[in-house]
Amino acid sequence: MTANAHRNRDLFPRPLDLVAGRVDLTHGGGGRAMAQLIAELFAGAFDNPYLAKGNDMAVMPPTGGRLVMSTDGYVVSPIFFPGGDIGSLSVHGTVNDVAMSGARPLYLSASFILEEGLPLSELKHVVESMAAAAKQADVLIVTGDTKVVERGKADGIFIATTGIGSLQDGLHIAGDRIRPGDAIILSGTIGDHGIALLSKRENLEFETAIESDSAPLHGLIRAMIEAEPDIHCLRDPTRGGLAATLNELAHQSGLGMIVDEDAVPIRPAVRGACELLGIDPFGVANEGKLIAFCPADKAEALVTVMRDQPFGENAAIIGHAQPDPRRLVWLRTSFGSQRVVEWFHGEQLPRIC
Amino acid sequence: MKFASEFRDGSLARRIATTIAAECQPSRGYSFMEFCGGHTHTIARYGLETMLPEAIRLIHGPGCPVCVLPVGRIDSGIELARDHGVILCTYGDMMRVPGSPRMSLLKAKAAGGDIRMVWSTLDALKIARDNPSREVVFFAIGFETTTPPTAMALKMAKAEGLTNFSIFCNHVLTPSAMRAVLQGGSLPLEGVIGPGHVSAVIGIDPYREFSDRGMPVVVAGFEPLDLLQAILMLVRQVNEGRPRVENAYVRALPAIGNEKAQQAIAETMTLRDSFEWRGLGTLPDSALRLADDYAKFDAERRFALPYRTIPDPKSCACAEVVRGIKRPEECPLFGRSCTPDNPIGSCMVSSEGGCAAHWLYGRHRMSNEGRKAVA
Repeated sequence: MTANAHRNRDLFPRPLDLVAGRVDLTHGGGGRAMAQLIAELFAGAFDNPYLAKGNDMAVMPPTGGRLVMSTDGYVVSPIFFPGGDIGSLSVHGTVNDVAMSGARPLYLSASFILEEGLPLSELKHVVESMAAAAKQADVLIVTGDTKVVERGKADGIFIATTGIGSLQDGLHIAGDRIRPGDAIILSGTIGDHGIALLSKRENLEFETAIESDSAPLHGLIRAMIEAEPDIHCLRDPTRGGLAATLNELAHQSGLGMIVDEDAVPIRPAVRGACELLGIDPFGVANEGKLIAFCPADKAEALVTVMRDQPFGENAAIIGHAQPDPRRLVWLRTSFGSQRVVEWFHGEQLPRIC
Repeated sequence: MKFASEFRDGSLARRIATTIAAECQPSRGYSFMEFCGGHTHTIARYGLETMLPEAIRLIHGPGCPVCVLPVGRIDSGIELARDHGVILCTYGDMMRVPGSPRMSLLKAKAAGGDIRMVWSTLDALKIARDNPSREVVFFAIGFETTTPPTAMALKMAKAEGLTNFSIFCNHVLTPSAMRAVLQGGSLPLEGVIGPGHVSAVIGIDPYREFSDRGMPVVVAGFEPLDLLQAILMLVRQVNEGRPRVENAYVRALPAIGNEKAQQAIAETMTLRDSFEWRGLGTLPDSALRLADDYAKFDAERRFALPYRTIPDPKSCACAEVVRGIKRPEECPLFGRSCTPDNPIGSCMVSSEGGCAAHWLYGRHRMSNEGRKAVA
């Protein structure tokens, strides 16, 4: 038994009921119940020296590089889905946003908004999943906050995470660095996350083997930068899918893009589900994919490096950037025609007949 | 993907397009209406018009369910959620359809209406079972394709004795709309591409009235090769001067349709005397209401919903677009104040709407810049 556990037992004679217990309003009230939740659930799972100090903030040493910071809120429904849950997602998403700059992610903060009535067993599951994801991503969760709102004012659990990373000198990876002729590389199959979630939505259950691709990409990115420091841009095509990300980057860079449909990897099950639902896989969310822009003559070598890395096995060159004052994203379709790929509008809606 | 990818083979498509071009006779016109919004979507998405010879002119028809629903019906749906406090269930496409100024189901939901997007009528039934103290209404729209699921939901609700479930029935009939478009006579039409999935329910016989009056009809599936094959068959009918109804979708539909589905509809629904369509006006015998045996499941009777005709927004050309009189880009609002992000007319909402399909897939294709860009 650790020293911490002994201390907890003195303060909180009855441990949290992590089997049948539920979050109630006292867990966010600033009193003993909240202290116990933090001590018995969060502090143990996220254990690190910065958090263990028990301050309202964490004090970390200088990183030696430029600081990179990113923040994101997670409200996914359902909170447990094939291939992940809101906990792992809240680590991967923010780690990836920091890493897309080329930085090494170091620290996370985590803010929890819990709905009264949330089973403590579910919270424990989420927290443990966050801890495991943080360990895998080699980041420390150094500070956090917990609030509880009345039943009906939230949906189980919302999490906001902020990430800090350190960026070495000389690296400049950003949307405005994309140049005409740059190759566009995609790290793997598209649509897995969105379809995995749809498959579990309360009102749309279908049997499928599709799992979310939620994953930390910092390791893949590190290997890519070591092999080719002159990567112009990295971006993760999350909400809005590949279509939204390519359009965003076309606008940011002032260039057009052209993509070969046949070159874009899509799992047959995802393609089939999209077909059935009347959804375009180009607009479906990903949580463990990136697109990279680099000089065309470096692209083949970079893809080879990516394919040797976890989460990069299906990497492929899918197109290139080109001058276009209208900043359009074109698709050369498998069918042999060309069409513009637009942002999709709001939630992709199914066709009804 | 079996039964889909084979029908998206680009090289086969180009071969059919070449045959079509070779068989078009210079002295004839080949203006064909694709009735169904699903076909409009495929044509735009795959750029089929750019593969076809100039002699072939494709005209978008009224077969997009949300496009032909008049403003008054949307307003009734909003009224159900807002004033009667019901849980209103509807298909996703309906959420953004503009009702009376600055209102839609999506906005009514944001303003507190309990409006839920469902993927099937079974979801609406489940919501009714799970909320026995609430009235649950399913906002039913669509042509013959979406009518059987509504009919089955009615039969299930009756068998279960559900007392808090009703249907706001807006189901419409394809042959009536086709008749209205063809009778107008304002369109130079040489043939009609019939919607395959409607025929999967009603069969192909209902179209004989049109071929008997000299209009070639070919019922087609929804992949690019299906449509090109149907166009080739129409070209041949025109050339032979022998109009008839042909089935180009034999892999999916028997000529008689689906008798079980027809029975379920006949048991639960009956013809309305008249129904207002956006763009086509008020048409007799063109839509369904619930049969008297199912009166207690009829939201219009249950909530005494009044029906009001509300004019379309000024300058909106949806009415002309659904009749094929105007092309989307000929509407003064197209791409200016009316876009899919902020639709003014219903044709800009569903991806099956002529305007939305043209916005998503077609509008850049004609420019030289675009051609250069992909060269």
